[in-house]
Parts: sequence; structure tokens; C-alpha cells
Amino acid sequence: MGEKVFMQGNAALSEAAIRAGCKMFFGYPITPSSEMPEYYAEQAPGRDLVFVQAETEVAAFNMIAGAAAAGKRAMTGTAGPGFSLGQEAMSYMAAAALPAVVVNVMRPGPADGEILASQGDYFQATKGGGHGDYNVICLTPYSVQEQVDMIGEAFELAEKYLNPVVLLSDATLAKMRENVELPSEIVTKDVSFEGAVTGAKNRAHNVITTCGDGPAQWEAFNLKLQEKFQTIRENEQQWENIRTEDAEIIIVAFGSVARVALDTVKLARENGLKVGMIRPKRVWPFPEKAFKDMDDKKFFVVELNAGQMVEDVKLSVKNKENVQFYGRLGGFTPTPIELYEKIRELYLK
Amino acid sequence: MQVVYKRPSALQDNYFKYCGGCGHAIINKLIAEIIDEKGWLGDTIMVWPIGCSVYADQYFKTDSICALHGRAPALATGIKRARPQNLVVVYQGDGDMVSEGMSEIIHAAIRGEKFSVIFVNNAIYGMTGGQMAPTTLEGQKTSTTPYGKSIAHEGAPVNMAELISNITGCIYSERVAVNSPRNIAMTKKAIRKSLELQMEGKGMSFVEILSPCPTGWGLKPLKSLDFVEDNMIPVYPLGVFKDTEVDH
Repeated sequence: MGEKVFMQGNAALSEAAIRAGCKMFFGYPITPSSEMPEYYAEQAPGRDLVFVQAETEVAAFNMIAGAAAAGKRAMTGTAGPGFSLGQEAMSYMAAAALPAVVVNVMRPGPADGEILASQGDYFQATKGGGHGDYNVICLTPYSVQEQVDMIGEAFELAEKYLNPVVLLSDATLAKMRENVELPSEIVTKDVSFEGAVTGAKNRAHNVITTCGDGPAQWEAFNLKLQEKFQTIRENEQQWENIRTEDAEIIIVAFGSVARVALDTVKLARENGLKVGMIRPKRVWPFPEKAFKDMDDKKFFVVELNAGQMVEDVKLSVKNKENVQFYGRLGGFTPTPIELYEKIRELYLK
Repeated sequence: MQVVYKRPSALQDNYFKYCGGCGHAIINKLIAEIIDEKGWLGDTIMVWPIGCSVYADQYFKTDSICALHGRAPALATGIKRARPQNLVVVYQGDGDMVSEGMSEIIHAAIRGEKFSVIFVNNAIYGMTGGQMAPTTLEGQKTSTTPYGKSIAHEGAPVNMAELISNITGCIYSERVAVNSPRNIAMTKKAIRKSLELQMEGKGMSFVEILSPCPTGWGLKPLKSLDFVEDNMIPVYPLGVFKDTEVDH
């Protein structure tokens, strides 16, 4: 591993991405993600990086698609409104099997909305987001360290499955400064996958297209795509269990609000309540395996939205009536005491 | 026996699926001939648009990627920045570029992306069935301007070669046509110049090609050639609008 530093979430993530071999960043400034393009812009000259400030997020997402198609690790970073603009290209990259990485620093919508932390883009990120039947792998760090650790993993997953990967951050994780251990720099391959367009020199020509050739061909193509997503569902679920063995009530939370909920678990335990937590580290594929053999437990889903992941939790448990939800909107993050009191109100009536 | 004419070896052994009398087939062939003459097959990455040339990857032996509608210049930006040593050719129609993708082409020119842009202007949407494009001429009847395009309502035709030539990042801009043997020869010269400029590592070059669309226009192929001459060229004059190597 590399050195320990005290860094802001956006900057640390960018540094980790560079060390993971992502030498190309295309982005459009948007709060709370702008320190990513700024970091790449600052580092570019001395480190052989490519940074382009795109005219729109529409263009930025197409630029990373192009760079990925040419066999290079490339990424963009954005927030809600920009993530929406990028969905056309997300659908394209999923169909074209392009391994690019997108960081969405979530902020509250709908529309222009606000700029503090939110998880309101859960549906958009986990259910495809653009047109057609597809999914993208969604990683959900809950600390600056995990942002650093997961960005390299994002590229590995993207190249393993030839599919775009989204790292779902939020304003808190992006703006927070923490002590982090940075990874050491790796050397990546010149061309990340065999079908890349690099010029047909001493090989047959490569074609990347998302245009169907009749219903039969396009159905077969789609079925193959779905096979890939099924493999990902089976192999790539990841979560963390915190004191779940003896727990009667299990908080389900991801991202920055899971950090808060960790303190709620402690607080509840100090007060004799058997509370634990399931923390999804990826929300697509959703870790439904985490809920196996937990039929007798009650679940308390906490999100920074009006209730999105709670639907996946309900699909994953045997008894839907065991699932309760609490969410904050507009950019508020609940306090540990607020969550503790909510648990008492819901379960100790 | 001496071979005087043959199928360019940069093309696959496939027939073009363009309509009879369409200019795309001529333009595709010219690009393939230049790639042959220069020996650039292994260097070329063709970036195709959404439009009538959407299946052009089935004709070429070069690496190909088909972009989203209008986004070819952004996609090509990623490709060329990733692989500056390659020959990246962006091929777009008028609906794709001037309507859906106006932002992408203008900003690629502003940044001076070092690729070649081949812009096929037939003043209509061909693939979707003959609707109006921003390049459609005044009074021209299309399926969405059934009574003729009105400048007051839809706006005047857009002169892309002139527009792009006004952007500093563009180093070469020319308009040509494929409606006569002479004009086809001029078109080949312009495309060759554009590809050469790129391989010399210079800035963006832009070649607009006026091209007949008999099916979209509801004209016979020969009449379509006249339409280019009599109706398009007066609005879209042929010529070089910018050549920084000569201008300076």
C-alpha cells in the first residue's frame, strides 16, 4: 500500500483512480463533484493524464465511452442533473459492452434541487436509468477510505464484465476529509479488452455497434446481455454484517447514512436493545443473499430519500410487514439519536 | 492485364445497402480508396453516426464504432485523446450533426479536436423517412414540412462549412459535392487533404459534402443530381472556407 494522507473525499477518490490506472478524466463541473475534474486538471501535466472539460455531461459520458472503446481506463464524475444527462450514454455503454466508470456524487433532486447529501438517485442507478433492459454495477462506499478502495475495484469489475460501473457517492462522502491510506500506483495494459477499436493492425477489424439487425438478432443479443447480468447477480453481491447474529432489529443502510447508523447500533446496544446492521457495499446487484435465514428479524431501512432501497429489501425478505422505513429529504442526514428514537417509537410501542 | 479500376481493399466483400442514386455509397468508396492509397487501414478508426450510414461498419475493413445519434464528435474526442496516433474519421449526416448533435460538433471544433469530420448534407432526414432537417432548403417539401419549409417558422438552412470555419479550432473547412465526375474528384481531394492534415497531427478539418437523396426527395437519381446543382449549390456554395496553411 501507499502512504497515509488526510484528504477530501473527491480528491482522494481521484488520486486513487489515477493510481488505479485511470489516466483519462472527462467531466463537467457540478456541485458537489467538482473537485474531481479540478484534481485531474491540476495533476494532468506532470503525470501524463488526459483531462478534458466537456461542454455538457452528455458529451462527457460519450467521451468516456470513446476512451473506453479505445481500450483506456476512463472516468467521469458528476451529480444528479448530470447523471440524468448521462443516462443515454449509460444505456449505450451497457449495450456496447464498454468498461467505463462513473462517479455520481448524489445530491437531492428532483430537478436542480439542493447540494447536500442524498441517496435519491438509487432507483436511477440500480434499475438501469436509461432506456432498454440493462443494469450497471453500483458500488456504495461509506467512508473516504472505501471510496479510495472501491474505485480500483470499479475498473476491475468494469473490465471483468465489460459493463459500465457506477460508484455512488454523496455530498458528505465527497466533501468530508479523513485519514486515508492510498493504494500504490499500478501499471495497466495498453489495451484493456480484446474488442477495443485501436486500428486493425495485424488483426481482423473490430466493430462496436449498438444497432440491432432485426428482432431475432436483437432478442438474442438481449438474452445474452441478461445472462451476463444474471452472472453478476449471482457472483457480485457484497455487504457487511454488523452485530446481526443476535440482533432482533436490523438497520439496513448504505453510504454516508450507514456511518450514522453505526453509532445508532452502539447507542441501542448500550441501552440493551439488540440492534444490528446490514450495510450493502453494492446496491446493484442488491445483496439479497444477506437476508437469507433472517425470517424472524425486523428490518429498519434508513435512506436519504423517500424510500427506494426499501423496495429491494422487501423483495429480499420473507415477511414484508417486518420492514419499516425512515428517510430524510432535501439534504438532511439524520443523527444517531434521531434514528435510535425512531427505532424505539417503531418497535417498543 | 493492367488493373485500372477495382474495389478498394479497405472495403469488405459486401454490397452497399444505400438506395439507388444515394451519395453515401460514393463517399464511402472515396474514403476507402484514400485509405488504400495511403496504406492507413491499420491506423483508421471510423466513427459512424445514426442515419443512413448506420451500418457502414458492415462495408469497411477498418475498425469501426457506431455512435449515439449526434454524439459522434464527443465519442471521437474520447477515442482520439486516448489514441492520438490513430486516424479517427467522424462521419455524420445533417440530421445527426446539425440537429441532434449541434452542441457536440461545435464544441469539438472549439477544442480543436485533431480528427477529420466528413459531413454528408442531403438536406433531409433519410433513414427516418424524409423529415425536415435544419439544412432543408426554403420551400422544400418533406414529411414534416408537407407545405414546404418556411424560414419564418422553421428557420433558414444552416451553412455548416462556413459556421465551423469561423471557429478558431478548425484548421480546414471545405464544401464539395458528389453530383458530377468533376465534383466527385474534388470531393476525393478534399477528403484526402483532411485525412493528411490529421496524420500530420494538425487540428480539426471539416469536409461538407452535398449529396443526393433521391428517395427522400422523391426524385429520380438523375434529377437528384440536378437538384444538387440547381437548388443546393446556390444556397450551399462550394469552395474552401478555411485553410490555415494558406491563409497565413
